[in-house]
Amino acid sequence: MELQKFTYDNRLSRLFMNATIFWGLIGMVVGLTIALEMIFPHLSGGISWLSFGRLRPLHTNAVIFAFVGNGMFTGIYYSTPRLLKTPMFSEMLGKIHFWGWQLIIVAAAITLPLGITVGKEYAELEWPIDIAIALIWVVFGINLIMTMVKRRVKHIYVAIWFYIATFVTVAVLHIVNSISVPVSLLKSYPIYAGIQDALVQWWYGHNAVAFFLTTPYLGLMYYFLPKAANRPVYSYKLSIIHFWALIFLYIWAGPHHLLYSALPDWAQALGVVFSVMLIAPSWGGMINGLLTLRGAWDKVRESPVLKMFVVAITAYGMSTFEGPMLSLKSVNAISHFTDWTIAHVHIGALGWNGMLTFGMLYWLMPRLYNTKLYSIKMANAHFWLATTGMLFFAIPLYFAGFTQSLMWKEFTEEGYLQYPNFIETVVQILPMYYLRAFGGVLYLTGVVLMIINLIKTAKAGLFVVSEEDQAPALHTADGHGKEKGHRLVESKPILFTILVLIAILIGGIIEFVPMFMVKSNVPTIANVQPYTPLELQGRDIYLREGCYNCHSQMVRPFRSEVERYGDYTKAGETVYDHPFQFGSRRTGPDLARSGVKSGPMYKPDSWHYNHFLEPQKMVAQSIMPPYPWLIKNDLDISTTPRKIKVMQILGVPYPEGYADKANDDLKKQANKIAQGLRDGGIQVEDTKEVIALIAYIQRLGTDIYNTEGSKFSEK
Amino acid sequence: MKIVTKTLEGIADIQIYPIIGLILFFAMFVFLIIHVVRLTRNQVDEYSNLPLDDNSNLLSEKKDLKNNKN
Repeated sequence: MELQKFTYDNRLSRLFMNATIFWGLIGMVVGLTIALEMIFPHLSGGISWLSFGRLRPLHTNAVIFAFVGNGMFTGIYYSTPRLLKTPMFSEMLGKIHFWGWQLIIVAAAITLPLGITVGKEYAELEWPIDIAIALIWVVFGINLIMTMVKRRVKHIYVAIWFYIATFVTVAVLHIVNSISVPVSLLKSYPIYAGIQDALVQWWYGHNAVAFFLTTPYLGLMYYFLPKAANRPVYSYKLSIIHFWALIFLYIWAGPHHLLYSALPDWAQALGVVFSVMLIAPSWGGMINGLLTLRGAWDKVRESPVLKMFVVAITAYGMSTFEGPMLSLKSVNAISHFTDWTIAHVHIGALGWNGMLTFGMLYWLMPRLYNTKLYSIKMANAHFWLATTGMLFFAIPLYFAGFTQSLMWKEFTEEGYLQYPNFIETVVQILPMYYLRAFGGVLYLTGVVLMIINLIKTAKAGLFVVSEEDQAPALHTADGHGKEKGHRLVESKPILFTILVLIAILIGGIIEFVPMFMVKSNVPTIANVQPYTPLELQGRDIYLREGCYNCHSQMVRPFRSEVERYGDYTKAGETVYDHPFQFGSRRTGPDLARSGVKSGPMYKPDSWHYNHFLEPQKMVAQSIMPPYPWLIKNDLDISTTPRKIKVMQILGVPYPEGYADKANDDLKKQANKIAQGLRDGGIQVEDTKEVIALIAYIQRLGTDIYNTEGSKFSEK
Repeated sequence: MKIVTKTLEGIADIQIYPIIGLILFFAMFVFLIIHVVRLTRNQVDEYSNLPLDDNSNLLSEKKDLKNNKN
């Protein structure tokens, strides 16, 4: 058998590795900043691009797409050629992928603090960046699949299956969820509205967790854990079952983010059932990982790499147990909209993704520089800082979540809310926010130690640009005749990719088709009308400032919520909401009924004006930051006609030709609100942004009480 | 799952989709189990050793690997 010689190029892995470290640091520093902003609301100093609502999307995007994204590419570009016994298909495509991805991250880091956002969690980036992501993702996919095609081994190792599933599914998720109609270069409206938008968004959101944070990292686990432990994975058979079961089941679970919302019950039920079933493959993977170390636990004691892997896999097991539990309606009734969710995702992010990345970097750096790790002691210190930091982060937030939820639901003997004032429930959990920030400091300190350690390691060695290897060509290795069944699939990368695509499409289609085609899923409400032009502009300010990061717009049908916020939200009320704004966390109260004058949430215009200027003047203990720029800035009304036109394209029933008259109505409504404020002694012009935002907030939840008839009919 | 069936009835011939889904789903798992059971010891060893079969180990660890293999 003739052996062919070839080389593995390490340069791409190194580029992605450096980017992982750099963006990890940035993402975590921003995370710590917003954790501190929740304790010291004036930390942003009245600067718009430092406010919590704009930095929180930056934090989540940086950690998910920049830190974990670059982390997975580091591992993929290192392991794929070695597992397939061939260089990557194209170093050039790899470079385009690398620089394209970094440019996208830079674009995100600039646009998000500027408030340029679609307003959908984890899918905030505007349409030009979305297109760039799709293109770069395809570049990555071509490189990956073509490397499989020209491989020298018959069998494609299971890690690569996970990479393929990642590529295929993220492409589908990203494209389906990001479809929108542009208003301008930096503004667009999603084509879905309200409850349908929510279903698509959480199908995306949940599977971003599944296929961006989980499957690629499972692939890395199946490669780097055996490498670091120097032994094969515990059960390869289990890994096959693990793979298919996981990708089949995950795609259905999205609706568990919308339990007790206005989403039809059947869709909620589907989400719950599949979420519970997910325990099986998830724990199969965890057990497979941990048992790989059987008989090698003595090594775990000595090796910081293995220690980190063990904590990572344990955290994976914890969060994949917790996830199904949180999907049970009775548990979700307590956990949803609280800090429990934040704790849950950070077990995943800090524990699973963080620790696995760190372990991989500690393993990889000495190999790329052909030397030893500079300091095992420092790595061990990092391990303990990260582990304790994670616990200091999550445990207080579990307490905070429980406490706040129980306070929201507590009634007195007379049948009144025990804590009718929302701020009481915030003040109660503030000490937990201090502890969380402390946990963040510990975790970040560990990362700084790691960076020093890795830099010193690199300096001590010499970069190995390429490594030689040899293997027989594929056709000579294949001497057993035709393959059948799964082995045939394993040997046909493109067929394999198509099967993965089918597996993940089934769940999505079965959830979407009825939701979009059956009218009874979104019962229409006759008196629900489109937003007025001023309200629409106000809504865009609400999106821009990221209000949805702290305020929900979804009153669930519980006695405690109806009592506190007003009537529960109906699906038909959201039909003109492009995008929906249900939110996922109530750091502040729900705003779905904030405009209902007879309701418990109503506040007059002057209250809102003063509240935006200085929240603590109206609610002394509030942790909301001030928004002075809303009061200073003029509203840009040049965009109004185009916005109305796009809304019409999306099916919002404004009268024909209304786009050209919209600004007249806008000015009239603005004048009315501003005059009311001036009558109350507040000096404000009609043209300020705050007027539009007040108009929007005063509109929220009022339609079902509206008896006046159409706002647009006379035009 | 009655509630699911009821909602899906609104679309013409929709009842075939969940049945196809279920059959695919079930068939896939049966197929997988059969495949996995039929894998031979040698194949499993070969596949699962793929990550270890390159020269990315540090010199000190190569020795360990040799001992393990023996």
